[in-house]
Amino acid sequence: MAKKKLILYALILVFTFIAPFAFPAYGTQLATLWLMIIVAITWDMTGGQMGYNSLGNIFFYGTGMYVAALISIGQVYDVGEYTSAAGGGIYEFTDAQYFSGLFLGVISAGIFCSITAVLIGYITFGLRGPYFAIGTLAVAIAAGELVSNWEWVGGGQGIALPVYPGDLDVGKTFFYFLFASVGVSVFIFVKWLYGTRFGAAINAIRDDEEKAEAMGIHTLRYKLITWAMAAFFVGMAGGISGFQLIHFEPLETAYQTINLGIFMVVCVLLGGKGTLWGPVVGAILFHLFKEVTWTYFLGWQWVALGALIVVTVVYFQDGVMGWVMRKRPEWFGIRVEESK
Amino acid sequence: MTAIIEIQGVCKAYGGVVANKEVSMEIKSGGITGLIGPNGSGKTTLFNSVVGYHPIDAGSIKFEGKEISKLQVQDIARLGLLRTFQQTRIYGLMNGVENMLISLPHRKMNLWDALKPNSKEDYEKADRLLEFVGLYEKRLLKSGALSFGQQKLLEFAMALMNEPTCLLLDEPTAGINPTLINGLIDRLKRANAEFGITLFIIEHNMRVIMNMADTIYCMAHGEMLAQGTPDEIQNDQRVIDAYLGAH
Repeated sequence: MAKKKLILYALILVFTFIAPFAFPAYGTQLATLWLMIIVAITWDMTGGQMGYNSLGNIFFYGTGMYVAALISIGQVYDVGEYTSAAGGGIYEFTDAQYFSGLFLGVISAGIFCSITAVLIGYITFGLRGPYFAIGTLAVAIAAGELVSNWEWVGGGQGIALPVYPGDLDVGKTFFYFLFASVGVSVFIFVKWLYGTRFGAAINAIRDDEEKAEAMGIHTLRYKLITWAMAAFFVGMAGGISGFQLIHFEPLETAYQTINLGIFMVVCVLLGGKGTLWGPVVGAILFHLFKEVTWTYFLGWQWVALGALIVVTVVYFQDGVMGWVMRKRPEWFGIRVEESK
Repeated sequence: MTAIIEIQGVCKAYGGVVANKEVSMEIKSGGITGLIGPNGSGKTTLFNSVVGYHPIDAGSIKFEGKEISKLQVQDIARLGLLRTFQQTRIYGLMNGVENMLISLPHRKMNLWDALKPNSKEDYEKADRLLEFVGLYEKRLLKSGALSFGQQKLLEFAMALMNEPTCLLLDEPTAGINPTLINGLIDRLKRANAEFGITLFIIEHNMRVIMNMADTIYCMAHGEMLAQGTPDEIQNDQRVIDAYLGAH
């Protein structure tokens, strides 16, 4: 069994490496798929494993994007001057400046988002159930509106970042591997995390928070740490997205509450909440569905997407992994055991 | 024996309904203390006050000499004062072993310990305690699928896993079938004797409480009516009147 698993993981890793070369036309698509996997897994950390359905995780995506961009610009030029030129001025970045800005920016984005997660969480974790969802959604919407009125960071026009130096096809592969490395890291990270006592404690918070409190679990501390961990990865993904997109603006790209902000939730519901593989499976299925409808049913894509959400929520709440778990409980070790 | 919990003049009212009026009692360290009284006499309210579920209107509650009436549920639980619920509360979607592992005493861990996987000793301890309450065979089933009585036993095992100094049990035998009750009495006594856990038990089943407790308090209409050994309580006319509705 363990050997089979190892082979499976190895196959996935090999596929991850050859995918952009095997399907060169789909480079950006595959990079976006990894982005979906990252935001789905991190959403499931609070939504699936801890029982706090956040609609505000997109806040970390947008904030990460801005933090990464500002840090990489700020290390070479004056930010206000750069953004007021709105891409019209001549601002050159050397290769070294580009890459150091990118890596420094992406890491800082992760750290900054972790800190904001703790601050926002301290206020919003007092809310339960749907109130938490609405509260966090409000944070993301408010952040988008605030940033779009903040001239120093480009206001509603957003920020134009330098283009990848060198061949653009190589650039596509480069961003694919950036996303893939964050995606693989986050998967390994949660696989480890869910096996710890900490993982068990956040499951306890999901299933009965009052009981968890009565057993002396540090509920608030664990909730804050979990969200901060999730925010770290989402912030990094946002930062990478900023450089991949080259130009982004606050409402439709960075703080895109109605697109990616909802997609990540749908991915997890489709794949199966609170399971290790659910978010990954869900992200792949959702991305396929989305791209197929966008390509072949243009004009009807939002209708198709809405129908998918309705069907998932009403008839398929356990998702793919939940369904498998119900059909084959013995695969997951649910059984009566003879006494010693 | 010294008192581990001292309750002094506790008052609690829900709007106009006075649930606890000037209640005072002592729980002796290392003993088994019972709390009886007719339905609605304020036993569970008193329990909830002790574990910090709601603020009290007046009075003082001390645990190991420390004032706890202003503390919150988690803070009190972290002192080693634990309670089980009248309506059993377990994690229904998880299996027995997972339920046990979640109940490891987080108050004794720092974050670094919490970020480690459960050790072999943790698993052994979980298995041992599950065997102690007689749930070893069913430990890999989802606990939500267990019968009510078995869930009560699981909750009791979880409480033991948490290594409390003092355990408050709210009607541990309610809803358990009579043959299982004897086993439970035996296990509660053993938990008290072998693990040195002070027990404070609300119970309606007179046979159970008279068999276990060394001191019994009786409440009626929110007030403390009587206290004494099981024999004294059984022969106390006020207690008999309260149960028969002479008040």
